[in-house]
Amino acid sequence: MRIPLSWLREFAEVPAGATAEDVMEELVKVGFEEEDVHRPTDALQGPIVVGQVLGLVKEPQTNGKTINWCQVRVVPEGQEQTLTGKGIDPSGVQGIICGAHNFVEGDKVVVTLPGAVLPGNFQISARKTYGHLSAGMIASVRELGIGEDHDGILVLSRIGLDPELGTDAMELLGLYDQAAEINVTPDRGYAFSIRGVAREYAHATGTAFTDPAGKVQAPAELSGGYGVKLNDDAPIYGKPGCDRFVARTVRGVDPSRPTPQWMVSRLRLAGIRSISLPVDISNYVMLELGQPTHCYDLDKLSGDIVVRRAAPGEKITTLDDKERTLDAEDLLITDDSGAIGIAGVMGGAATEVGGTTSNILVEAAHFDEVSIGRSRRRHKLPSEASKRFERGVDWHVAGIAAQRVVDLLVELGGGLADEAGTDVGTAPETVTIDLPAGFAAARIGIDFTEEQVTTSLEDLGATVEKHDGGWTVTAPSWRHDLETKEDLSEEIARLVGYDKIPATLPVAPPGRGLTRVQQQRRRLIQALADAGLTEVLSYPFVSKAANDTFGVAEHGAERSAVKLANPISEEQGFLRTSILPGLIEVAKRNHSRGFRDLALFESGLVFLPEGTAGTDSIPPLGARPDAEVLDALYEGVPAQPFHLAAVLTGHDSPAAAAHTPRPWDWADALDIARLAGDVLGVDLVVSQGSHQAFHPGRAARLSLRTGETVGFAGELHPKLLASSDMPARTVALEINADALFDAAPDVIVARHISTFPVATQDVALVVPADVPADDVLAALREGAGGLLEDVALFDVYAGKGIEDGKKSLAFGLRFRAADRTLTADEASAARETAVALAAERFGAVQR
Amino acid sequence: MTETLPGAAIPNPTDEAAINAAVDQAVAAIAGAATLDELKAVRLAHSGEKSPLSLANREIGKLPKDQKAVAGKLMGASRGRVNKALAERTAVLEAENDARILLEETVDVTAAPRRRRAGARHPLSTLQDRVADIFVGMGWEIAEGPEVESEWFNFDALNFKPDHPAREMQDTFFVEPPEAHLLMRTHTSPVQVRSMLEREVPIYVLCPGKVFRTDELDATHTPVFHQFEGLAIDRNLSMADLRGTLEHFARQMFGEEAQIRLRPNYFPFTEPSAELDIFHPGAKGGPAWIEWGGCGMVNPNVLRAAGIDPDVYSGFAFGMGIERTLMFRNEVSDMRDMIEGDVRFSEHFGMEI
Repeated sequence: MRIPLSWLREFAEVPAGATAEDVMEELVKVGFEEEDVHRPTDALQGPIVVGQVLGLVKEPQTNGKTINWCQVRVVPEGQEQTLTGKGIDPSGVQGIICGAHNFVEGDKVVVTLPGAVLPGNFQISARKTYGHLSAGMIASVRELGIGEDHDGILVLSRIGLDPELGTDAMELLGLYDQAAEINVTPDRGYAFSIRGVAREYAHATGTAFTDPAGKVQAPAELSGGYGVKLNDDAPIYGKPGCDRFVARTVRGVDPSRPTPQWMVSRLRLAGIRSISLPVDISNYVMLELGQPTHCYDLDKLSGDIVVRRAAPGEKITTLDDKERTLDAEDLLITDDSGAIGIAGVMGGAATEVGGTTSNILVEAAHFDEVSIGRSRRRHKLPSEASKRFERGVDWHVAGIAAQRVVDLLVELGGGLADEAGTDVGTAPETVTIDLPAGFAAARIGIDFTEEQVTTSLEDLGATVEKHDGGWTVTAPSWRHDLETKEDLSEEIARLVGYDKIPATLPVAPPGRGLTRVQQQRRRLIQALADAGLTEVLSYPFVSKAANDTFGVAEHGAERSAVKLANPISEEQGFLRTSILPGLIEVAKRNHSRGFRDLALFESGLVFLPEGTAGTDSIPPLGARPDAEVLDALYEGVPAQPFHLAAVLTGHDSPAAAAHTPRPWDWADALDIARLAGDVLGVDLVVSQGSHQAFHPGRAARLSLRTGETVGFAGELHPKLLASSDMPARTVALEINADALFDAAPDVIVARHISTFPVATQDVALVVPADVPADDVLAALREGAGGLLEDVALFDVYAGKGIEDGKKSLAFGLRFRAADRTLTADEASAARETAVALAAERFGAVQR
Repeated sequence: MTETLPGAAIPNPTDEAAINAAVDQAVAAIAGAATLDELKAVRLAHSGEKSPLSLANREIGKLPKDQKAVAGKLMGASRGRVNKALAERTAVLEAENDARILLEETVDVTAAPRRRRAGARHPLSTLQDRVADIFVGMGWEIAEGPEVESEWFNFDALNFKPDHPAREMQDTFFVEPPEAHLLMRTHTSPVQVRSMLEREVPIYVLCPGKVFRTDELDATHTPVFHQFEGLAIDRNLSMADLRGTLEHFARQMFGEEAQIRLRPNYFPFTEPSAELDIFHPGAKGGPAWIEWGGCGMVNPNVLRAAGIDPDVYSGFAFGMGIERTLMFRNEVSDMRDMIEGDVRFSEHFGMEI
């Protein structure tokens, strides 16, 4: 909402020198947010004066254009110029070159004299052009920054002005005024008016407020006016769509009368373009009182006005000349011809006031918030009217607003108002709120005096009646947001001042600290960072193809994924089922920015819809749903496990003197995955894996001891890397970290530490090349029995000396007994049983 | 290199002068050894098995009984002198040697390579932990919830009326099909609702996490960002408790000098509601109040939605943006730096904020 200061001053005591910033600072105290300042003089500087074109010589140019060489008098006839400055002629007549042709000798125009500055920091000076010294400019509204009109020069007679020559045109056009723009929260519809804001300004400053509604003399009753029927046969939530309709008639309005500049300039500062006198008046009254009104061309109406819901498929052409198909829920203003307006949203084209309209029917109605909001959304038609109706308009102000429009049409348009008028509808029931004594004090923490409570509420316009246990409060008719004792507490606190609220620190009961999972998550993230990886974040929005590739191991299968109804980009219309697509994008971005050695990781939720998605309906607000409904809500939310992923490309460290960095390879991906398991105390089982996003021969499946697959690690598929413009041999891993957290042991049972000497034995086994080393190792471990302390693979060899299709695996075995020093024979015997099992399972032969 | 004395006469172990002469000769040779290798040769010559003193010592056995004691004493003292001289000279030469070798091993430490990559946390993640720690220190607990959420938890339970403009202001991502009433949470408040449904009063929880709005990415907006919201439900909580909690938190976060300010505002889930500003003495362009978040007393309808009796309990809630906090605390001027994943951004922070 933009508040022109000159307008605010009519109803509130704004100090003479106050700026828009000063006004906003006051309004912030009572709960508005600063948005912007609109001040023409920030971009516009005089001297800009009224001039008259004395002479105009058309001079054709070689480029085909014709320019006007004009003599313009900028001081009254017979007077001399009192302004001084370079380029200002003491005679009071300026020679000016002008390219526009929409004016003639004798026209009064706006002249920007040398020294003036126009929007865009356009400095006016006397300069030689087209063989003349052009000392100033004859301005258009566009050049003055007050309109988009391309029609050329602003000829003052055409906007109804005939000022004395030399008059300050900025004053004339209201350009010294300024507006404060504030953000109004959606509960405070009343503040979409000068009336509402002036009242709040008075609250903020403790000064007097004059109600603009009080200055209008509206008749207490109206009758005999235009026929209006309210026929809502399908109210929403039981509330009729229209519960008041005031119609007034003004005849003989002069369609040639322009809107006065004071009104044009206030509308402009408020962000509304001047259109015609009746429309401007309607808008002006809306801004002043918060009540949208509409002017119909009376002669285009036929029969009674009926307010009703639309028939399905019914059509209307709205003021913006668009044909719209209506919904059965749309509330319409109709006459015998059909729909003439979507109530509270936009009028129809057929009955709008035009260039010849002289008889006008003024509508000031009160519509239901929900009905208007739905029509506005349905037709995507946000209008100044719908904005106000959706947030609630004062039922009682309709008659006053209609009268104000009538008064202005009479005063400014020369019309004559009919005595008869229409006012139909039913006032809403007055809501009273019980405010128990002490409630506001307890809720706010300020020990309010009785007087603070009552004066605050009365200042708002509420009526307050004291009773034994507190007060009965009737909220003012424009404050639909005041319904509960909590609402009233806020108002009291707001008017007394939030800055008066003291600070006390409540003590929470003893807590349990971070949960196990929260600690595990932190440890995991920290471990990866400590291992030299860089944590990044990416968006969870991915393409269907990315989900199908990364979300399922087998090529060709579709990944079921959550689809967004209104994604930022259709291309990325799904939620991730894997972190890798986003992470690869991040890697790519870094790579393209010149970072070749990368080790990135991200952790976060992925979205795995399975079973029922959502619920058909949702329970109402303000009550705890029963257990069954709650369970359905819980179960309808898709599974969202916490994943960890990493991408590594390039080298493990920066190149340096006497240091050869090592390229990251598949084993690094595996190593990091294992590190993740290690820091959580979870053994990850590695096996040869197959996943379409990974190199078919260089992918590891990661699983738990239970056999559950928890992720993959290895080299990304070369084709995928090529198509993503990523370097070959980029490696990656992804793990369902939640599964690791679950698998982590609750209690780790200590192991006895034997201090007897160790006996080490090495063994080299030849096995078929496709036997996984880890399986052989497991067989050795199992076969060696209780004396084995540790076994590790230390060499893999194939080639000379080894039969084709076979490989040699060398293991180091460490034996130790808990209670004695092992003999060499005992260790050898244990080794032999280990080898025997490997031989039995894989045909392993000792080299 | 040195005079070995194979042909030298074996001094008589009772001839003190001859023995002393041999000792003097040995000590002189020891002192003259310039390197450890030379000293090794000297040792062999003067205290080895074939050295005059060793040979003389062996002669003691042949002496008559009455001379043995005298000779033994003489020889013991003499060999002691030689050994002492040897030990001292060895220490000196070894020290010299060590010093020289170590000097030769000198490297240019300023040319050391970085063999290990320095990892980094994302500052949003670090900041989120820090915020959580402050509240955990106050006895609060950390609560979490899903990012795709039922519309009821995100809106209705929080007293957003179905047709209220406030609902639209949240710029919500909806999930297909719309009839399923699922969306991406627009704030972490649904976690508050879940906490109220799942926990016993009194409740003091902090809910950090990712939230989603349909804003295009630019310098000040991002469709995915992070919040932390606090919720306290107890008997007799007032706005003074809210202010006290926020003040305490602000001081932990920004130092003892931190100041906060509350301004009236509107949120469907709180009544009264307030905007929270923090005083930023180091703001670019001079000290200023910066909008930090929203807060208020929990609306009774929200308590009712969780089955908590608003006549018995009251509560307060607050919420702040983590990006916003990082932006003014650490002078991040462009939102995109935080979300594009450029390694320079995270790595500049390392493990700290």
